[in-house]
Amino acid sequence: MPGAVSTRADAAPGERPAVGEARSVGMPPTDIRDPDYFHRVVDCQWACPAHTPVPEYIRLIAAGRYTDAYMVNWRSNVFPGILGRTCDRPCEPACRRGRVEAEPVAICRLKRVAADYKDDIRRFLPKAPAASNGKRVALVGAGPASLTVARDLAPLGYEIVIFDGEAKGGGMIRTEIPRFRLPEEVIDEEVGYITGLGHVETRYGQRVDSLKRLLAQGFDAVFVGSGAPRGRDLDVPGRQEAAANIHIGLDWLANVSFGHVNRIGRRVIVLGGGNTAMDCCRTARRLGGEEVTVVVRSGFHEMKASPWEKEDAMHEGIPILDYLVPKEVRHEGGRLTGVVFEKVAARYDERGRRQLVPTGEPDLFLPCDDVLVAIGQENAFPFIERDIGLAFEPSGLPKVDPVTMQSTLPQVFFGGDAAFGPKNIIWAVAHGHEAAISIDRFCRGEDVSERPPPRTTLLSQKMGIHEWSYDNEISLDLRHKVPLRDPAVALKDVRAEVELGFTPELAYAETQRCLNCDVQTVFTRDLCIECDACVDICPTDCITFTGNGPEESLRPRLRAPAMNLAQPLYVSDTLKTGRVMVKDEDVCLHCGLCAERCPTGAWDMQKFLLEMAHAYGTKPCQCA
Amino acid sequence: MTYLAKPKLHHPRLSTNALGFTRRDYEGAVSTLCAGCGHDSISGAIIQACFELSLPPHRVAKLSGIGCSSKTPTYFLGASHGFNSVHGRMPSVLTGASLANRELVYLGVSGDGDSASIGLGQFAHCLRRGVNMVYIVENNGVYGLTKGQFSATADKGSRSKKGVGNQDSPIDLIGMAILLGATFVARSFSGDKAQLVPLIKAAIEHRGAALIDCISPCVAFNNHPDSTKSYDYVRAHNEAVNFLDVIERREEITLEQEPGTVELVRQHDGSYLKLRKLAPDYDPTDKIAAMTYLKEREAAGEIVTGLLYLDPRSEDLHDRLGTVRAPLNALGEKELCPGSAALETINASLR
Repeated sequence: MPGAVSTRADAAPGERPAVGEARSVGMPPTDIRDPDYFHRVVDCQWACPAHTPVPEYIRLIAAGRYTDAYMVNWRSNVFPGILGRTCDRPCEPACRRGRVEAEPVAICRLKRVAADYKDDIRRFLPKAPAASNGKRVALVGAGPASLTVARDLAPLGYEIVIFDGEAKGGGMIRTEIPRFRLPEEVIDEEVGYITGLGHVETRYGQRVDSLKRLLAQGFDAVFVGSGAPRGRDLDVPGRQEAAANIHIGLDWLANVSFGHVNRIGRRVIVLGGGNTAMDCCRTARRLGGEEVTVVVRSGFHEMKASPWEKEDAMHEGIPILDYLVPKEVRHEGGRLTGVVFEKVAARYDERGRRQLVPTGEPDLFLPCDDVLVAIGQENAFPFIERDIGLAFEPSGLPKVDPVTMQSTLPQVFFGGDAAFGPKNIIWAVAHGHEAAISIDRFCRGEDVSERPPPRTTLLSQKMGIHEWSYDNEISLDLRHKVPLRDPAVALKDVRAEVELGFTPELAYAETQRCLNCDVQTVFTRDLCIECDACVDICPTDCITFTGNGPEESLRPRLRAPAMNLAQPLYVSDTLKTGRVMVKDEDVCLHCGLCAERCPTGAWDMQKFLLEMAHAYGTKPCQCA
Repeated sequence: MTYLAKPKLHHPRLSTNALGFTRRDYEGAVSTLCAGCGHDSISGAIIQACFELSLPPHRVAKLSGIGCSSKTPTYFLGASHGFNSVHGRMPSVLTGASLANRELVYLGVSGDGDSASIGLGQFAHCLRRGVNMVYIVENNGVYGLTKGQFSATADKGSRSKKGVGNQDSPIDLIGMAILLGATFVARSFSGDKAQLVPLIKAAIEHRGAALIDCISPCVAFNNHPDSTKSYDYVRAHNEAVNFLDVIERREEITLEQEPGTVELVRQHDGSYLKLRKLAPDYDPTDKIAAMTYLKEREAAGEIVTGLLYLDPRSEDLHDRLGTVRAPLNALGEKELCPGSAALETINASLR
C-alpha cells in the first residue's frame, strides 16, 4: 500500500480528501513580496486612509516613547493631537482585537496619549531649505487637506500661499468641532507646526472669491481644499416665519466657536443624525439648553453618527428619538413654539430598498425654543467660474481623478471634502498627501499618474529561543475607558474638554491589548518538517496542513473554517508530503507561539513596516 | 519550549461538544518539551479525542511514569485526575486505581524507556490482566531526557545522532501486546492525527486493555537521516492497513458504502467500529494472520499502522474477578459491614 498515507493528506480530524483527488489544481503560493499582502494583515493600517503604522506607534507608547510615537503619527497623519480626539477612526472597526473579543483597541485615544505626553517635538520637524525652488503653490482654504499639502511641499522648497476667509487656520477643525471635544491650543499647536515650516505664507481673512483671478496670479499649481461648508436647510411650512430661532447647525457651531453665540433657549430640538448633530446637541447642552432632544428621520441604528458620538450625547442626558419626520414648524407672533413630526416606519421593497412610510399614528408635537438643523452638508464652489476649463460632475462636485486628485484643469488639484463631498479629517489628510505628490510631479514636469510605491521593510524580531523584540504575551484586558470630566462641571463650560485622556498607566494597559498585527508570521516551506507543533499550539486554530485545492474548497475544510472572506489565506508551496500549509489570517493573535514551537525556524515573526510615499518624508521612519 | 502560557483567546466560532466545552477546555499547561516534539502532537490528539467524545474531564484519570512522555499528562486535560508514578510503575498504579474506581476512564501514558526497559514487566502484566484502560506508548526510540542513548525499541542497525549503530534487537511492543492478550492493539504516528484521533477514541470506548504504540519522533535526538523513527522515515515507510471511523451508536446500523472496503466490527458492549480497509486482506480480528502479516511487513522494512488487532469479545479485569459494580468509594457501611449473619454464612460455606 505505498502512497496510502500521502493521499490521506488532511490533518484536520475527520476531514480527508477523497483518494485520488487532484492536487495540482489549488491555490498558488502566496506572494508575500507583494506589499499589499502583509499590509492587509495589519487591518488598522490598511483601513486608515493615510495608512498610519498603528501597531508601530502603539508599541512606542508602551515603551513610554511618546515623542517617537507622536512623530510616527505626524509623518503619516499630520494632526495626531487633533485626530486623537476627533478622528472618525476607520481603524477601530477594522481592528482584529474586535474579532477575537468584544471591542477593538482604543487606537484613537492612544494616539492622543502620544500627543499629550510628548516632549517638545520641534527639533524633529523638517525645515524648508533657505532658498525656495522658485515654484509657487496656492492653497484655497486652510483646512486639514490644504495644511497637509503645505506640510508635504514646504520642506521641498515650494513657496506656499494659504488663503482662508477665517482669522485662523484649521478650517472645519476650528469652526465645526466644539471646544469641549478639541481644545483650541491643540489646533493652534498642530497648525503652527505647518505654518512654521518656512516658505508658508498665510493669508487669513482673505476668502478666495474667484479662481480665475487666483490662477491669473501666476501660481504654478493651485490646490482647492475649501471643504463642504454649506449646511443643508430645512424646507417645511413655518421655517421662514420662525427663522429667528432656527439655526443651520454648521453655521451655529462656527458662531459658537468664534464666540459670537453663547446662549440658546431652554428647550432645543436638534434635527439630524450625523456627527454634526451630535456636536450641536452637546454644545446646546452647554449653552443653556436644559432639555435638548435629537430627532432623526430614520432608525437609531441607521444614524450616520459614529456609535461613540451617540453614546457621548446620551451620556449627557440627551434623548435620541427616531422615525420622526419634521412636518411643520409651529410659531406664534413670529416666535417658534415647536415642531410637528410625522411618525414613520421603515419598509423594505422587493429590491431591499428602505422607504420611510407614515404609520398613520397621530403626529407628534414637540415644543421648543430653538431648532438646530444638522441634516447634512453640501459642497459650494461659488468662487469657481464655470468657463475656465474646470469640469464639474452632474452632482455639482468637480471632476477629480481619485488617485492623483487632479482636476480637468491640469494645474488645479482638489482634496478633502471639496473633492468628493463630505468625509472626515483623516480622508482630507490622505487626499492632501496624494495631491502633494501630484503637485510636486506636475511642477517638475513629470507624469502625475506615476505614483511612488510605499516603503516597506520586513525584519525578523527573534532575539533568542523564546524572546522577541515585541511583547508577544496576549493581554486579556477588556477595552479601557477614557476618564471623563464630571458632567456637572463639563456641562457648564463649552470650553472644558470632556475627555481627560488616558493616564500613562491606563494607556500602557490599553497598548497591551494591541495584537501587533504588523509582526507577521512568515513561513519558509523548505525548513518545515511537518511536525504539527504550530498547529497544536495555535490558540486560534489558524494553521492547517492539508491537500491543496481551489480557495472555495480550501476555506471550509480548514481546522477552523475560514469563512471571513475579507481576510486572506496564506498558502505555502507544496510540502514533502504533498500537502500545503494554509494559514487563515482572520483571527491570528500574532502571539508568535507557532514560531516558538517550531523546531526548525520554518515560522518566524517578522515586522512588516509600511510607510506611504509622501512628497516630503522619503526618509525612513527613524523610530523603528 | 515556551515561557508563555497559551493565550486564552480562541477562535470565535470554535465548536462545542455535547457538554458545552470547546476543545480548548481539554487543554493542560503549556508544554515544556522541545519544540516540535512528537509527544505534543499526541497530547493534541488526546485533547481532540476527549473533546469529540464529550468526556467530562473530571471523569478521566491520566497516569504516567518517568520520561519525556510521562511529563505530557501535564499538557492535556488540565481538569482531570493525574498521577505521576515511579519509573516504569504506572501500570501497577493504574491497575490499583482501576480496581478501586471502575467508573473513571484510565489513560496510561508512557514511553519506550518507561514501558520497554524499566517497566517491561509491569507492561506485560497489566495487558495480560485485561485492565480496562488506554495504554499509550509515546515511542521515539531514544532516551531523550538523558540526551539520546538508544532505547529498547530502537531498531537494530539504526544509528544514533552521533553515528553509533544499535546492535541489539528491538522490543516489539505490538507483538508482545497481541501475544499477552491485549484486546485492542494499534500503532500510529504522532504526525498523522487523522489516523491517531479515531484510534484513541476507539481505544477509550473499548472495554479491556487497549494499547496504542505511537511512533513519536524526538526532534532533538532522533530525527536525523539514519534514524528509523524520524518524521521523514516514518512517513516514507508508513503502511496503514485501515482507517478507523468510530461509531458510537449502539443500535444496529447498515452500511451505505461499497462492501469489501468497509467493515463493521461489533464489540462486546454493543458498540461498533467502522474500519475503512486500506489493505484488503487484513483482518484485525484474526490474531494469527495479523501476527504473520505484521512480521512479514516488518521484514520488508515497513511500519504497519492502524488498528492491528481487536478482540471483539473482550472482557476486562473486573469481569474476570467478579468485583462489585460500584466504585469502592461509593460503598456505604451497609455494603462494607453486612453483619454477623452474612459472616456466619461465609464461615459456614468454608467448613
